[in-house]
Amino acid sequence: MAQDGHKEHPKYMNIFWWLLALTIIEVAVAIPEYATLLKGILLIGLACSKAILVANYFMHLKFEKRILAIIVLTPFIICVLLVFALMPDLTTDARHEGIEKPAEVVNTSAH
Amino acid sequence: MEQATTLDHTEDVYEPSLTPDSLGKLGMWIFLVGDTMSFGALLAAYAALRVGAGVIGWVPPSEILGINLTAFMTFLLICSSVTMVKALESIQNGNVSRMCTFLGLTIAGGFIFLGLQAYEWYHLITHGLTLTGIPEHGLSGAAISGSTLFGPTFYAITGFHGMHVTGGVIYLIVILIHGLRGRYTAEFNHEVEIVGLYWHFVDLIWIMVFTFIYLI
Repeated sequence: MAQDGHKEHPKYMNIFWWLLALTIIEVAVAIPEYATLLKGILLIGLACSKAILVANYFMHLKFEKRILAIIVLTPFIICVLLVFALMPDLTTDARHEGIEKPAEVVNTSAH
Repeated sequence: MEQATTLDHTEDVYEPSLTPDSLGKLGMWIFLVGDTMSFGALLAAYAALRVGAGVIGWVPPSEILGINLTAFMTFLLICSSVTMVKALESIQNGNVSRMCTFLGLTIAGGFIFLGLQAYEWYHLITHGLTLTGIPEHGLSGAAISGSTLFGPTFYAITGFHGMHVTGGVIYLIVILIHGLRGRYTAEFNHEVEIVGLYWHFVDLIWIMVFTFIYLI
């Protein structure tokens, strides 16, 4: 299959319907108000599924050598690491020292 | 035709082990890996600024950005990806005119996408989403307040993507002109595949941008 990938075309219309269905599900998941974390996980999962479909079938990554797929995956992993590397800095309160809080927020603040 | 034969021959000599069928394809993949880092850094910065907005808060994107239009834009890019693979499929089967038709449709998809993005930006700017401020009232009509970094991050990321679409449309037009002049055949068509890689990447990135900027 890897050798003949170019001659044997995947069924592109099937991929299209999958992408369309996933997009509709995504919008349906995004609109109602509920737990932010659950919503985030669902949406990221759906987006990654769509990205994998596009890369595997439209970009023919599935039919290339596996090492290429691994190389292409690297920056995605690095970006996820980057987000986690930034988080500790952002979730501490120290960075707010010296920043004037908006009045209405101070009044309702639970600190 | 002579030129095509020469190029094919050249590529037989310099056969890259990662993409044995084309050296140019390897070049495009390397570029796309680097470009992923650019978009990844922008999205990571967005995530960091949003989480880091802290006491100032971050307005829920659904209060400022309309989802319907951008969902349609997502649909449009997916459609243009399909026409792109159809163009490649056509030329691999030796059908030049069909390839040109599908390339034309792909270009049209890109243009419509850019038009809709310009319309969206115009709409947002007139409603007060600028590089230094956010609208006073959300789409639901309620008063909203939050970090003014919403605007700059939104325009930087969607703008960077829009520039990629613009570049892609120009790239596709160049390939279409080559196609109309009869450069591509069933045997020599990797340039069509390479522009396809770029175009699908732009689609893939939009899928991510749509999720991270508009939906979450």
